[in-house]
Amino acid sequence: MNNKDWRNLGLAALGLAIAACLPLSGNGYYLTIGVTIAMYTVLATSWALFSGPTHYISLATAAFYGLGTYVVAMGIDDVPYVILLVIALGVGAIAAGLVGLATLRLSGVYFVIFTLGLAEMTRQVVTWIQSNWGGHQGNYVLTDITEEMIYWQLLAVAACVYLVGWLIGRSRLGFALKIIGNDEVVAAHSGINTARSKVILFMVSGMVAALVGAILAPRWTYIEPSMAFSPMLSFQVVIMALLGGVNRLWGPLVGVIPFTLLWEAVSISFPNQTLLLMGVAFLLIVYAIPHGFVGLIEKYNARFRGDG
Amino acid sequence: MDILITGLLLGGIYALMAMGLSLQYGVARIMNLANGEMLVVGAFAAFWFYTVAEISPLISVFLISPVVFFANWLIYRFMLQPLVKRSKSQGQLEVDSILATFGMSFILVGLMVAVFGGDYFNYTFLAKPVDILGNTYAANRLVAFGMAILIGSLLYLWLNFTRPGMAMRAVSVNPDAAGLAGIDVQRMSALAFALGGAVTAIGGGFISTFQTMDASIGILFTMKALIIVIMGGVGDIRGTILAALVLGLLETFIATVIDPGLTLAAAYLVFILVLLFRPQGMFGRKPS
Amino acid sequence: MDKRKILSVRNLTKRFGGLVAVNAMNFDVGEHEVLGLIGPNGSGKTTMMNLISGALKPSSGEISLQGSRISDLPAQDINRKGVARTFQLVRLLPSLNVLDNAIAGAVFGHRQRWGQEAEDYAMQMLERVGLSEQAQAPISKLTYIDQKRLELARVLAGDPKILLLDEWLAGLNPTELETGIELIRDLRGEGRTIILVEHVMDAIRSLCDRCVVMNSGVKIAEGTPAEVLADHEVIRAYLGDEDA
Repeated sequence: MNNKDWRNLGLAALGLAIAACLPLSGNGYYLTIGVTIAMYTVLATSWALFSGPTHYISLATAAFYGLGTYVVAMGIDDVPYVILLVIALGVGAIAAGLVGLATLRLSGVYFVIFTLGLAEMTRQVVTWIQSNWGGHQGNYVLTDITEEMIYWQLLAVAACVYLVGWLIGRSRLGFALKIIGNDEVVAAHSGINTARSKVILFMVSGMVAALVGAILAPRWTYIEPSMAFSPMLSFQVVIMALLGGVNRLWGPLVGVIPFTLLWEAVSISFPNQTLLLMGVAFLLIVYAIPHGFVGLIEKYNARFRGDG
Repeated sequence: MDILITGLLLGGIYALMAMGLSLQYGVARIMNLANGEMLVVGAFAAFWFYTVAEISPLISVFLISPVVFFANWLIYRFMLQPLVKRSKSQGQLEVDSILATFGMSFILVGLMVAVFGGDYFNYTFLAKPVDILGNTYAANRLVAFGMAILIGSLLYLWLNFTRPGMAMRAVSVNPDAAGLAGIDVQRMSALAFALGGAVTAIGGGFISTFQTMDASIGILFTMKALIIVIMGGVGDIRGTILAALVLGLLETFIATVIDPGLTLAAAYLVFILVLLFRPQGMFGRKPS
Repeated sequence: MDKRKILSVRNLTKRFGGLVAVNAMNFDVGEHEVLGLIGPNGSGKTTMMNLISGALKPSSGEISLQGSRISDLPAQDINRKGVARTFQLVRLLPSLNVLDNAIAGAVFGHRQRWGQEAEDYAMQMLERVGLSEQAQAPISKLTYIDQKRLELARVLAGDPKILLLDEWLAGLNPTELETGIELIRDLRGEGRTIILVEHVMDAIRSLCDRCVVMNSGVKIAEGTPAEVLADHEVIRAYLGDEDA
């Protein structure tokens, strides 16, 4: 670790400590927004860990998130909550592993298409299983877990995701992914097991999404498939990550905060126009800021320093 | 037997919408994820013409399709062509066009919700029973199937036996070589994209005669069309038709025998098998 | 052959649909040997390279490395066993700088290094090909021959037993060509085993111990460069049937 690493670590710890104080404000609305921002920060950052270097657009977040939620919904009456979180991690990893094995050997288009319908498909299967063998459509989740606890858990997960992301960035795996993103043929001919590297990282992001779903499950008292598997979640995560920028670990955060606030504002004033907002955000990403806010900041910095 | 015929009727319509997507992806090289919304636009328009002006869908689809054709031409010309020009690699173009067409898809859905509301809509058109081999089927499904066959065949003949059709196929096989042979690749791509959108919208018009729709259902059709195109092999019309029939049959089978709520799961089953065993499509050759 | 065999190709065939690109090829490569794979355009040389490196799977027949079969392995495993290649059209990693491009070859290949060790070794390879001055430069700043040099450095960084060079000298101007030939001659001097697909006859004459000549996917001659270039069949393949 060099000086810059220590400085970044210090800044990150400071930011985390400030964020952790939010519940002390006693304002319920701020806390709700805080939970949403923390949730999307974790989801978008872990999404970018995989999709940033490889350029594979994953729309599977909602499927893994929903599975995590469902692990808690089905087990909360019989199994301790902490164990359920661990199970959610495992379920997310297995699901992502299977999806990855089926699609990641092939080109990016197949992967996008496969993940596009994944949440909806999983919802159909879960609904079908529940109505045939569960005897009911939804589950009650009654716990004494408060909004504050959810918030702090999400912050802890965020810290872990940043740490894992930083470690991956310095590891052989991270280097391999960078090479794969550049040229997969060269990667294979340099001795990299391309499929395995991609699957492992996809599993990491799948695990995190399932864990987040599990952590947020106690927020609802009643959970049914159409709530847990909302395909919109996947799109929001993609937009926020790309809007922020995926080439830096902290990039997605830069997208999450403004987009969440904007989204909240729009859905309060014009509840029917959130789809338009998403559409415009996608077009903005493609046509105006292909490298995200981070790209803009870095371009400005370079110019400021005299074309450095 | 009942499943077989219902499945084939459904598959025929699927074939039409998938042909539209196949033209767009095969020739214009754009993976158009707003394709399903064009279908919904077609369905909405047919619904509107029928309920407001009492114009039969059989006629209105031909009023709608030129408009959709032109709209898609504009989209390609002013939104997608710049992406084609700026992309350094096929991978870059794929990512860009996927994100851009997602954006268009959301904007279209948003606009339709704003204009028509988010409710389900349907109307009664030719709901008379027709007897085939001892079972009865709704006349609207039969008519829709017949029209799908007719339009599909016309498209096939046009692609195979006319000069512009051949030029379009040449672009689909090898854009660089087609360009060297004096074909205006950009123009052909725009044309194919527009034609694809129009064909899909026509499919939407016919589907609306027998299926309840809503503004946000497009993505489901996009998904199915994508699976069909991949299963049939990109740019392969025969493959597309066969794949559409297979999917129609399987969906009908699962909906009838197991659960109507599992149609997308059925499509996924096919998709996984294709990905694992024949990612190049049913008739496709392995890329070398 | 008096030298120890390191790579053997047996009855190797590759079909693309109806086209037979490589047809029942047989040849061996000895340790420390420089083998030229030559033939007119479209004769199947690059397909042959792709089969050896694992970019393509053969339709039938086999390739073995020191007696063990490699032709059914994926490219990354073949690379790890010590067969590394350059590409006919140079392939570099555009978002990485020159040094990182070279390190990419050192980390996952036949002999794997990591951290400072990988960096040092990659740096040595850059020196080897004459690029150490530009180690921190972006790829976009490199000239064509420097790109080719960098690709060679990346390949060398994995310490391969066998080096596959696919028209590595193509497209260089006369001075660059001389530098290039000199570089390969040095590698040969180090005792590396090299398979060379090449059109530049001077290079073939001065570098190769032996040549295998292909035409329409079939081996039509094998021997020292002088022998094969005098062979009637070979001349006919290059110049056409009419006046051989």
